[in-house]
Amino acid sequence: MQKEYKTIQEIAGPLMLVNHVEGVSYDELGEIELANGQIRRCRVLEVNGDTVMVQLFEGSAGINLAESKVRFLGRGLELAVSQDMLGRVFDGMGNPKDGGPKIIPEQRLDINGTPMNPAARDYPAEFIQTGVSAIDGLNTLVRGQKLPVFSGSGLPHANLAAQIARQSKVLGTDSSFAVVFAAIGITYEEAEFFTSDFRRTGAIERAVLFMNLANDPAIERIATPRMALTAAEFLAFEKHMHVLVILTDITNYCDALREVSAAKKEVPGRRGYPGYLYTDLSTLYERAGRKQGLEGSITMIPILSMPEDDKTHPIPDLTGYITEGQIILSRELFRKGVTPPIDVLPSLSRLKDKGIGHGKTREDHADTMNQLFAAYSRGKDAKELAVILGDAALTDEDKLFAQFSDRFETQYVSQGYDANRTIEETLNLGWDLMKILPRGELKRIRDEYLDKYMPAEKG
Amino acid sequence: MKISGPLVIAEGMRDAGMFDVVRVSHEHLIGEIIEIHGDRASVQVYEETAGLKPGEPVVSTGAPLSVELGPGLIESIYDGIQRPLDAIKAIAGTNIPRGIEVNALNREKRWNFVPTAAQGDAVKGGDVIGTVQETATVLHRIMVPPGVEGTLRQIKGGEYTVLDTVARIQTTGGDTVELTMMQKWPVRVERPYKEKLPPNEPLLTGQRVIDTFFPVAKGGAACVPGPFGSGKTVVQHQLAKWADAEIVVYIGCGERGNEMTDVLMEFPELNDPRSGESLMKRTVLIANTSNMPVAAREASVYTGITIAEYFRDMGYSVALMADSTSRWAEALREMSGRLEEMPGEEGYPAYLGSRMAQFYERSGKVVCLGSDNREGALTVIGAVSPAGGDISEPVTQATLRIVKVYWGLDSALAYKRHFPAINWLSSYSLYLDRLCEWLNENISPDWKQLRDDAMRLLQQESELEEIVRLVGVDALSAEDRLVLEVAKSIREDYLHQNAFHEVDTYASLHKQNRLMRMILSYYTEGHEALKAGAGMQALFAIDARERIGRAKYIPEDEVDASFDEIEKVLTRQIAALTEKQ
Repeated sequence: MQKEYKTIQEIAGPLMLVNHVEGVSYDELGEIELANGQIRRCRVLEVNGDTVMVQLFEGSAGINLAESKVRFLGRGLELAVSQDMLGRVFDGMGNPKDGGPKIIPEQRLDINGTPMNPAARDYPAEFIQTGVSAIDGLNTLVRGQKLPVFSGSGLPHANLAAQIARQSKVLGTDSSFAVVFAAIGITYEEAEFFTSDFRRTGAIERAVLFMNLANDPAIERIATPRMALTAAEFLAFEKHMHVLVILTDITNYCDALREVSAAKKEVPGRRGYPGYLYTDLSTLYERAGRKQGLEGSITMIPILSMPEDDKTHPIPDLTGYITEGQIILSRELFRKGVTPPIDVLPSLSRLKDKGIGHGKTREDHADTMNQLFAAYSRGKDAKELAVILGDAALTDEDKLFAQFSDRFETQYVSQGYDANRTIEETLNLGWDLMKILPRGELKRIRDEYLDKYMPAEKG
Repeated sequence: MKISGPLVIAEGMRDAGMFDVVRVSHEHLIGEIIEIHGDRASVQVYEETAGLKPGEPVVSTGAPLSVELGPGLIESIYDGIQRPLDAIKAIAGTNIPRGIEVNALNREKRWNFVPTAAQGDAVKGGDVIGTVQETATVLHRIMVPPGVEGTLRQIKGGEYTVLDTVARIQTTGGDTVELTMMQKWPVRVERPYKEKLPPNEPLLTGQRVIDTFFPVAKGGAACVPGPFGSGKTVVQHQLAKWADAEIVVYIGCGERGNEMTDVLMEFPELNDPRSGESLMKRTVLIANTSNMPVAAREASVYTGITIAEYFRDMGYSVALMADSTSRWAEALREMSGRLEEMPGEEGYPAYLGSRMAQFYERSGKVVCLGSDNREGALTVIGAVSPAGGDISEPVTQATLRIVKVYWGLDSALAYKRHFPAINWLSSYSLYLDRLCEWLNENISPDWKQLRDDAMRLLQQESELEEIVRLVGVDALSAEDRLVLEVAKSIREDYLHQNAFHEVDTYASLHKQNRLMRMILSYYTEGHEALKAGAGMQALFAIDARERIGRAKYIPEDEVDASFDEIEKVLTRQIAALTEKQ
């Protein structure tokens, strides 16, 4: 028999203190019954003798000290999972939102999961072809990777994410594939963009959507990504599917975390975010991966908008330290009309070296990738110099590099959101561009590949 | 009793001591006492605390957090409190459940113990009484634990487990001590040695920018700070792979799970260039990934360094890599916040600096305990992840006050895909003078000269670039243009090193020396040629330069022959330029 407590002592922001409780455990889930019969959920944050501090998920409006009752459920926050979740839309707490019936659970899983044993991980090494040259060619995504998109307000990260979700495939296999999408505090329009894009392309059939929109309770956002990841883990490791998880926008998640931390009067770290932000984010991001001996995988693309496009802001900074690289969108390229505006120089995929090369993409991939990076970087330097001193100050070589970097942006990076390039097309395009440069400058490419792949007519 | 994340406060703990290990709740979660007020003890719990209730028991084990030291350490992968992860996998599957208890060293496995001491020998702490061939490359020396002294009453070779008695010692006090192959040692206490020595021998890493420009000594301490994406982990992995240490301890502290998997999968495949055996056969891994409990992260660096000290005590040269110490400092900060301590800079506890100093000072070259005066060295290389890449933050600053070698990673270099992205202007090594003596003697007498010349050229380049930025490259004299060209060659053909290229990933000192000499001979000969009136453009365009550019990909066994030839071609081509005049 569950005990009901009418001993709420204090409510402040998203926190509530309850007195004289017995046998309540840390991190337990609770229910609050309001005077009008409405039920809200909460989670235990701290136990101190017979007093517990709980965090409300849905806001405190209407709770009063005299009438409201609290019950503790003896378990953590759980998600009912089943294969039937595919094609469905849920709210941020995992309740159906599309008017359909409740899920008949195959299992109930704790949304916090347990840490994956590093000794049991399988190293991500399978190339995922996204059809986007700037990613496939230069910042290759592999199965089981977590590769965030660092964006800014007003940049078209949603288009890019939708394009990746639509086009991604692993070459030469046809294993079952699913998308888990978590909207964390984004606007209705942005969420609608994703759902309609998924509907338009039929991807909705193999997608699970969790929606916490901007007008939903902020604290609920702490649970939403965990709901999504729990569903993803179930599909990946129980149902052996390859799951792509898109979380947008992580910045809203962190702000919710900061709200709770501030209410608890914790010592703040940088910019008021709690000191444990790194640990907390890692418990989300590290759930991506592959396991030895299991078929499925979780590939994660978290999207975050950098406040003031500042990469050193704690959220992108800590994210970059946990994830295996980052795709950075640039406002400057966006203004130039480059679509997608991926700034390839600061972008990085740490796992690319394992996913490319002979038998995966093509043997010349690694060398051409390094060469393109180096040449583009040199071309940008040259152009910067030309801005100060005029074109006349450039050496002939520098002019070639400047020309190269222009064509690189307009042809290689800019491809539109509907073009789906194969890896062969991407690599050949790279070789085409390198024709501009003198062969002596292509130091990063092995001679044998230069002979084999350099297009015949010298430009 | 209070529960707040990894911090648990328990009552009725008057008999427990500071830093005792305790078991919390019915699930027997492992924790450590970090504060005592009256009979209330604050316990940091090394496992997830969800589900704990007030009233559950907290039992002290009466002993501080210790590691088990003995045969079986090498090739293992442990979590932060020395639980073997592969054994956990065998018991519990792919994820790590709570309260699991596994012995650090395998109790079943039998090792062949070969005595080196004889019955009746007088022995004291640190003396080697026997050996076990642990892996093909590591000969595990079984030592008398520190503090034990007496006469060997019994010693017997044969197949033993780590718990079997292999020797009996009658101490001077008349007691009998039974020795097993396993010792226990508290992690927060430094293992004793006889005397510390100044480090004077370089730790060879095969990385050109490190060995030539910023070498670290065996027994030294180095740090690698850098923003994310600048290649800290690749540098650490390269060092773990190629450093000429006999034992490598790699601590993945609060970092990515996939990185540890990478080490686990890659190291067994790679061969040590010296012994020809798999690199894993000299490696111990400590993995506390970022999603594993935060308190165990704090313990993991101590666990790692205690194991490293144990091998140092055997007389080995040990290299310890900690990636990343910032995560450790953050774990300290998190616990400090929960203890409601007064924060220092950026919320880090005020004792951050002293804790870091204690850790790095455990490195060093020492005369080990024992009567044979063997020498061991422990080199510590810590990665630092400064927030926002800003090295003025407390963790980097606290580290820089202690370590003598600083390899500053630069994101601008990383964007250009210049790897390793170690900035040659801001990095330093305070061991340079002492180590250059060794290198001059052992490798080539012109080592220091070449290094200084190259450094001067790089320095000049950065000054000249300022001018170029203002007035354009045409304003420079031919000599200055040559400096720019040579400096570019040093950067691209020497400092740039491809960690994923099968040949380029490791360069012997001999090859480094020859390559540097060749690049600089282009400078001296080119300089002469310019004076003699050779055309500048023609000098820059000779095709021997392209061959210098590819010289780093020449395999070690062809170095001498190929380099001789390139040098000949170079001299001939430059000579041809002046003859034309």
